[in-house]
Formats: sequence, structure tokens, C-alpha cells
Amino acid sequence: MNSSMIIEARGMNHWFGTGEARKQVLFDIDLSLPRGSFTVLMGPSGSGKTTVLTLLGCLRGVQDGSVQLMGHALKGATEAELTVLRQRLGFIFQSHNLHESLTALQNVVMGVQVRPGVADDLARRAAAQALGLVGLSDRLDYLPANLSGGQKQRVAVARALVGNPDMILADEPTAALDKDSAADVVDLLKRLGAARGTTTLLVTHDNRILDRADRILTLEDGRIVTTTDNP
Amino acid sequence: MSRILQWLFGRLPIGWLQLSHKRGRFMAALSGVAFANVLVFVQLGIMNSMATATLRPYAFFNADIMISAADANALAEGENVARQWMLRAFADPDVIAGTGLFIANAPLKRGDTDISLTTFGIDPSQPQFVAPQIAGNIASLQVQDVAILDRLARGISKEAAAAIRPQTPLSFETQNRTLTALNTFAGGGGFGGDGYMFVSNQTFLSLFASRSSAAPDHILLRLRPGADVATVAERLRILISDDSLRIRSYGDAAQEDLRYQQTKRPTGIIFGFGVLIGVLVGLVIVYQVLSADVADHLREYATFKAMGYGPRFFLGIVVEEALVLGVLGFLPGLVVGTGILTLMGKATTLPLAMTPGMAVTVFAGTVVFSVLSGVIATRRLAAADPADLF
Repeated sequence: MNSSMIIEARGMNHWFGTGEARKQVLFDIDLSLPRGSFTVLMGPSGSGKTTVLTLLGCLRGVQDGSVQLMGHALKGATEAELTVLRQRLGFIFQSHNLHESLTALQNVVMGVQVRPGVADDLARRAAAQALGLVGLSDRLDYLPANLSGGQKQRVAVARALVGNPDMILADEPTAALDKDSAADVVDLLKRLGAARGTTTLLVTHDNRILDRADRILTLEDGRIVTTTDNP
Repeated sequence: MSRILQWLFGRLPIGWLQLSHKRGRFMAALSGVAFANVLVFVQLGIMNSMATATLRPYAFFNADIMISAADANALAEGENVARQWMLRAFADPDVIAGTGLFIANAPLKRGDTDISLTTFGIDPSQPQFVAPQIAGNIASLQVQDVAILDRLARGISKEAAAAIRPQTPLSFETQNRTLTALNTFAGGGGFGGDGYMFVSNQTFLSLFASRSSAAPDHILLRLRPGADVATVAERLRILISDDSLRIRSYGDAAQEDLRYQQTKRPTGIIFGFGVLIGVLVGLVIVYQVLSADVADHLREYATFKAMGYGPRFFLGIVVEEALVLGVLGFLPGLVVGTGILTLMGKATTLPLAMTPGMAVTVFAGTVVFSVLSGVIATRRLAAADPADLF
């Protein structure tokens, strides 16, 4: 594997269902993401974007083809190995998925404590710093119920970034946000990711984001049909 | 609380934060656990009370070996025993004294008082067979129709009992005779009677005309100091060799009576089941609360799974919740249980009370069963698939 690539997938196929109901959803996906890149994965609903994201994010087992994540082969990896690999990734979901009974600070602390041996005060300092970077220093002790949609998504960004992950996987992170909040969140991801050398793979329908991407992949019917590199 | 749990688990106390976030539901859950604790406390209290009441009369006597009829499962049960067996027992060199013990229930009538007393007929010339509190006054029983009365008997007022002295005796009717109590001792009401009374064997035979001096209910034996009770009992079993008799150490007789009351008598079985039902109710309540909590937070758990948290982390959260519910539910259960047992004890004069042993046992049981419920509830976590988050 090329060490400058964080992900290299070759001939990745995937099926859902069994027996006669078995249906192929991904066909011969070849994909390489350079370290520190900001890649947007586009495509119509049902094209397989989310399946790609879950496979590269170690949330599903690879069925066919070769996928190397940070030098580790995902095909045949055990659940325990996938769990350890996931600790080096950051996830941002369409719905923020913050824990309702934890404050903003505590939600972000969870992003640090996933790695064993991190002292509590160190985790708190890192979480407060991450929330400061996303402009929420004055909302540390707020519960998610008392934050706006944009603020919640920024907490989710802070949670994804606080552990200094090697890669961020984001699924429609701006879908539920207004125009200004959406731009804020994407700019944050791009800026903070670039500063830390974090690779970002972002699934979206939002055309306003495209000009911020280093590379745009378009998926249709389970196949990558176009790859566009921005200058 | 958060700090204690954070120190204990070395991470954010997510279980506590989750439970306390919805206070109404949390209070309802704690009430449920407390209710189960109260159930167990009351049933255990009654069981303990039965044990205390069963063993209490054994403490009135001082014996090494007891000879009873084969069907004498309890002190006041079974056929009579021929007095001749006592004489046969004297053939053993270690047996130094023996006496017949007569037992029957007698009504006590005085004014509005109408109670039933377990009456012991003993030989007043042998004080070594009774406990010191009775031995001190046993000589008074040598006078016909004199009794030593239980001052804690149900239906006898404290004032009336406290006034009983040789100078100010209390007379009462029983079995169509008038007895006079010159002295008292501390007994107490039980499940089989309202209290106890000691009379001489001669007075006893006057009260119960159908009984014979040759056939007491039990024979009590004292052994030479230093003699091995089990060895002598075994020798007596061989010496007497009669299947209609049970020859046991006095301590074994008491314990067998207790086991009989707890495992063969309907009351003991019912109270035992009461404890079991209390435990099951608690188990179901904690399981339901934890299971519902896991179901409510599946999305959050799936998020944590996606972030790289492993099975031990989730087990830790649910066990933390189980411990919080178990410990915090125990405290109100202890307070209410103590109150109920105290009230029941006053109303029935049964020896009902919260004991440190009961509190520790129920606390340990609550924690263990709460954690067990938590471990079962974690099976629902399998439904938290992080791939479904996308």
C-alpha cells in the first residue's frame, strides 16, 4: 500500500440479503484517499454512498475485494480489531447523535476517553479546547436540548476532532442545518482537518460544499462514475 | 454522586447521568427497588421472628441431651416419652442428672384477658435444668398451684406484669383452677402461643388430669463436665435402642425444630416464598428499568460503538446504573422496612425487628441481583448497530 494513502480500496463489492433476496449494491469500487485530503462523495439516494462510508469506517465487514485502512486489511478483521481501528476515526452523522444527558463538554470528552489511559483532567482540557475551536467556549455545560441545531452539529464536529483522528467520516453533516450553519460546519471541518492533517470523507447532496473539496467522487448504482480533482 | 462514580469507574459516570436526567422516571425506578426491598425485609423479618420464637423456649432450659418421641418435630409436638427411659439413661457413666419436661397450652383468664400460654411443668427441686432467670425463683413452685409467669406475654399489661412479686402476687384462672404467679421471667409471644408459664410437674398434672407423671413430653439429661455430648448421645441410642425415640443433643434438637418450622410448616414455606417473590419483583423491576433505558439510548450506544467503545464499556454503564438503582433504592427500602417491622412488632408482640444481619444481607442481595439484571439487560445492546446510524 502507498503510505501516502490513508485508504486504498480495490475491487470492493458488497451485497445485502441472502439467497434469492441477495442484491449487489457496490460494484468494483476502486478508491484511494491521500492523507490530509478533503473528499466529497456524491450521488443520488440509493447509489451506495452510505454503504461505502460504513465499510471504510469499519462499521460493516468487507465481503469482497481489498480494503486497506491505515495499512490494516479490513477484510477478515475481527470485531475487536475493527473496534480498535474505529478509535482512530472520527464520525459525524446527519443527526448530531449527541448524548442527551451529557453536557456539550462531556459529549466531547467521550471522544477522548475512547482511547485508554487518558487522564480525566487532560480529557476535559482537550474537550474544552475543541469546543473553543468550534466557537462554543460559552456553551460547555449546556445540555444538547439547550443548543441550536447548528451548535449541536458543531459539538459533534468537536467530538469527532478532539481525539486527533486519522480520518473523519461525515454523512450529510449539513443536511439539517440552515445555509449559514452549514457553511460554518464545513469550513470548520476543512480548516481544522487541514491544520491537523486529518483526512475527511464527506457524503453530501449539498452542492454548496463542492468548491471546498480537494476531490469529488460521484457514485451511481454502486459504481464510481466520475472522479474530479479540484485545483 | 457524579464525582464518586467518576472516581470509582475512572470515566464519565454515564449511567448515573442517564438515570438522573429523567428525574420522574428515576424516582419511579427507585421506588420500585425500594418496594422490592421492603417486601424482602418484611418477609425476612417474619422469618427471623419465627426463628427467634422457635428457639426462645429452648433458651429457658439447661440440658445436654434431650430424649423425645420419634414424631416430636417441635418442642410442643409429638407423643409422650416413658419416664423409664431416663432411668435407663442413668446407666451411662457420663449421665449425671435427668428430669421430665411436661408441655401443654393452657388458657389464662383474668377479667378481660383471655390468652393461651405454653405451660412447662418441671421438677422444682432441680434448678440446674432451667436458665438462671427461672432458676432463681424455681423454689416457689414447690407450693402447689404457684406459677412463674411470662411478663412479656401478649395480653398482660406491662404495669400488671411489673407489679407481680411474692408480696403482690397475681391470681388467674386456668383449666378450672386458680393459679398464683409469685414471680415473672422474660419470654414473649410467639406463633404458637401468647407467652409462657412455668409450674411444678405436680401442678402441671393437676391442671392436665389426663397426663401421667410417668410420661413427660421430653426427658432432659445433664452430663458430667467434659463429656462429649455427641458420643454420649450415640451411646444412649445404642443402649436404649428404641425406634419410637429420638435421642439428640439439646442443641441439635433446637436446630432441627427450627429447620422443621422453616421447611416443613406452611408458615415457614410461605414466608420463604415471600422472600423469593420479593427478590423476583426486585429483579424484574431493575431489569425493566435498565432494559427500557438501554432501548431508549440505543442510538447513543450505537454512536459510542461507532466511536470505538467496546463491549466492556457498555457492560460498565449498565452495571453502573444497576449499582445506582440498587444502592439508592436500598436506603428508602431500609427506612420503610424498619418502620413497618417496628410497627408490626408492636402490634403483634412478635420479635420483629430490623437486624444488622438482615440489612447487610438484603443490601448485598440487592446489589448482586441488580447487577445480574443489568448483565441480562445488556443483551439488548446487541441491537445497537452503528451501521444503522448512517
